[in-house]
Amino acid sequence: VTMGTIVPDLTQPSPYRDRYFDGTEDEWLSAISSTSTLYIGNLSFYTTEEQIHSLFSHCGSIKRIIMGLDKHKKTPCGFCFVEFYLRSDALACIKYVNGTKLDDRIIRTDLDPGFRDGRQFGRGRSGGQVRDEYRATYDSGRGGWGPSVKATLETGDMDGGFKKGVKRTREDLDED
Amino acid sequence: LIHFIKRALMMSHHRRKRGYDDDEGGGGYRTKKRRTNEHMEIEDRLESLILRVGEKSTSSLESNLEGLASVLEADLSTYKSKILKILVECAMKLPDKCTIYTTLIGLLNTKNYNFGGECVELLVKSTKDALKSFRWSDARFLLRFMSDLVNCHVVSAGSLLQLLDNFVDAALEEGVPQVRRDWFAYTVLSALPWVGRELYEKKESELDRMLGSLEGYIKRRKKIHHNALRVFKSDHPHPQEEYLDCLWQQIKRLRSDMWIEKHIIRPYLAFDSTLSEALQHNLPSLVPPPHHPSTLYPLPTVIFRMFDYTDCPEGPILPGQHSIERWLIEEQLRHILMSNHLERKECAAQLLSYPLKNKIPLEYIIVEVMFGEIFRLPNPLCLEIAYGSILIELCKLQPSTMPQVLAQATELLYERLDGMNKTCFDRLVNWFSYHLSNFQFRWSWDDWEDALTQDPEEPKAKFIREVLLKCLRLSYHQRVVEIVPETFAVFLPDKPSPNFKYAANGQFAGSVEVRASEHLIAAIKRKCTSEEVLALLKQELDPPMAEEDMEDNVCNPVKIEVFTQTLLFLGQKSFSHSFAAIAKFYSVLKSLGNTEEAQICILRSVVDLWKSHQQMLVVLIDKLLKTQIVECAAVANWVFSKEMVPEFSKCYIWEIVHLTIRKMNKHVAKLQK
Repeated sequence: VTMGTIVPDLTQPSPYRDRYFDGTEDEWLSAISSTSTLYIGNLSFYTTEEQIHSLFSHCGSIKRIIMGLDKHKKTPCGFCFVEFYLRSDALACIKYVNGTKLDDRIIRTDLDPGFRDGRQFGRGRSGGQVRDEYRATYDSGRGGWGPSVKATLETGDMDGGFKKGVKRTREDLDED
Repeated sequence: LIHFIKRALMMSHHRRKRGYDDDEGGGGYRTKKRRTNEHMEIEDRLESLILRVGEKSTSSLESNLEGLASVLEADLSTYKSKILKILVECAMKLPDKCTIYTTLIGLLNTKNYNFGGECVELLVKSTKDALKSFRWSDARFLLRFMSDLVNCHVVSAGSLLQLLDNFVDAALEEGVPQVRRDWFAYTVLSALPWVGRELYEKKESELDRMLGSLEGYIKRRKKIHHNALRVFKSDHPHPQEEYLDCLWQQIKRLRSDMWIEKHIIRPYLAFDSTLSEALQHNLPSLVPPPHHPSTLYPLPTVIFRMFDYTDCPEGPILPGQHSIERWLIEEQLRHILMSNHLERKECAAQLLSYPLKNKIPLEYIIVEVMFGEIFRLPNPLCLEIAYGSILIELCKLQPSTMPQVLAQATELLYERLDGMNKTCFDRLVNWFSYHLSNFQFRWSWDDWEDALTQDPEEPKAKFIREVLLKCLRLSYHQRVVEIVPETFAVFLPDKPSPNFKYAANGQFAGSVEVRASEHLIAAIKRKCTSEEVLALLKQELDPPMAEEDMEDNVCNPVKIEVFTQTLLFLGQKSFSHSFAAIAKFYSVLKSLGNTEEAQICILRSVVDLWKSHQQMLVVLIDKLLKTQIVECAAVANWVFSKEMVPEFSKCYIWEIVHLTIRKMNKHVAKLQK
């Protein structure tokens, strides 16, 4: 018996699809439905592993945290993966941590198919996340102006290398 | 809505008839499939109709119930078993709509006596099943539902009393666990707000006799669990009553008010003349299944109280602690919480849209119920963070009132820290620091200046210190410095940094140990192997021994300390760095920690290095246990050693103790399999 209220299921995966995922849509969904790994988005560049560990431990025992790094600088660039031992603990994060604050920023949690080496690096042209690459707003926790804006400010080039029709990615869906 | 569905149902009836005519020849399968699909569609619509009755509507509840009753009456022949099933599910899972569904059944009973009878039978059977499968809440709500059916003239008062008497007998049964007896007593009492008046009017002496037996039991029983479950040691300013005692007092008060209560909405009153013409049914006999040693009963609780009417501002009065209204409201709020805790936004919305919210200081009752759940002993029913995140949602939904009530609650709890159970103290620390981290750590710390003059071991001083330590974990040291006034510097946590004994330019510079450490660092940077490390340590730090003394199980504490501290000093950048270091030289640590004494030495080395970084300590000890470099016994013996006594009253020590015990339990469980 359904209890009459229709509430969006917080544990449903977001519409995001990793374009580098090595598999079919079905394989993606299968991985998501058994995973105990979370992708965490909208972190400040200064948020430490310790802070992440502290918050997410409220939901259970953490196996591993992998910080997302700038591809060139190898410094944190605002995302990470949190692996739990138990899937139920990961799901608890989506219920209770997703949309709350860490380091004064609303963070986003999302079921992730699983960490593979290489996924810890930002995929933006400048080395960080794609969502920062073309960000037009100032975000002091994420390097201030985005790289393309910085480039414009430096060179006076109005075009700023903005790619038209670029496919929107999960990072783009993050909210501040 | 009802009219639309009625038309749709009539249309599909016609469609079905036509289907028969059209498919005289072949296509029988398709017809059957279409019929089955239609059948299912109608069942789904019926389910939806039944579930939604009572929700906001342009028509009155009474007219919706009348409409629904006639719709269902038409479908009783085809969909009876489905309708019965839905109604029983509603009885079990929607206790706050109890009177709505009993009224519906009452109306159906007037139209179709047999249906009423089957309903009653299924309810009794479902209660038996719930008891057999230990679904205690389902059983309790079913008993309440069946009791309310007396008000709708579906069930006779006499047969209900017989059933209640059977439950009371179960409460009086000797030789069974008290927790079972308490549950039966509680379940009977929790039905009386609905049916007490009717039983008083029809069967006063039987009711009195039953209550007399219950009162005797409730007063006679042992309550050694009471003190173990209290949040506050003292009953001042608010008594912390045992749950059954409290409900008994509330029922007594109701009884002295002639069983008249004005809180429950009773739609059947509007249909009294129709319903009282119906024939009643007798409940089939229900004897509770006997106790079985493996049965687990719900734990007893203590009713957490922190507010009385003087705490609430001008406006609707907070119902007294022994008023039945207080119990009814809390029942309903707790049910909303338990049914919606997985959807925090929906939960907060439902809590705040409590139907009678204009008659009560709702925010206060919600906050009291929420803290009661957070502080529940031995354990809360949900993760602590569930309650924390729901409280945040409540603040978001009602920003003009909820944050203030929460602030008032925090102040109040701060004032009563002295008599608070220590586990609850820790939970308050965890909740408050988590809550602050979502609101930029803004707080009126100055209001707590009184703690400045206290001894650090006093509860208030300790509370502030532990809160700031937890705030540190969720932010960083400079942030914590900035959020408190300068006068509060004494409460600030240390800046986490490694206290490396063998630093090259430290107090032991030039010593053999420091040299060994430097060589070790160089070797590790050179990517040496574990064997090379062990050889280096042996060569530089083991005392020269005679052949006979060459035993490996003599613990060399200096060697252990130099290696452990050097390794973890190299891994200081983050948890992951330290974990990687431990993993890389796992065999060295394993080899060094070959006795309990040696393992305690490892622990001491870790603690000395990271005493200013409690979180790192907890995480490292957890890792050392997980990799079995140290055993649970070693941690236990170390924690309870003399040198750790000054640390004893600090939260992080108990974090370590609890995680160690949990690991031990896991080992034991594995071995038992």
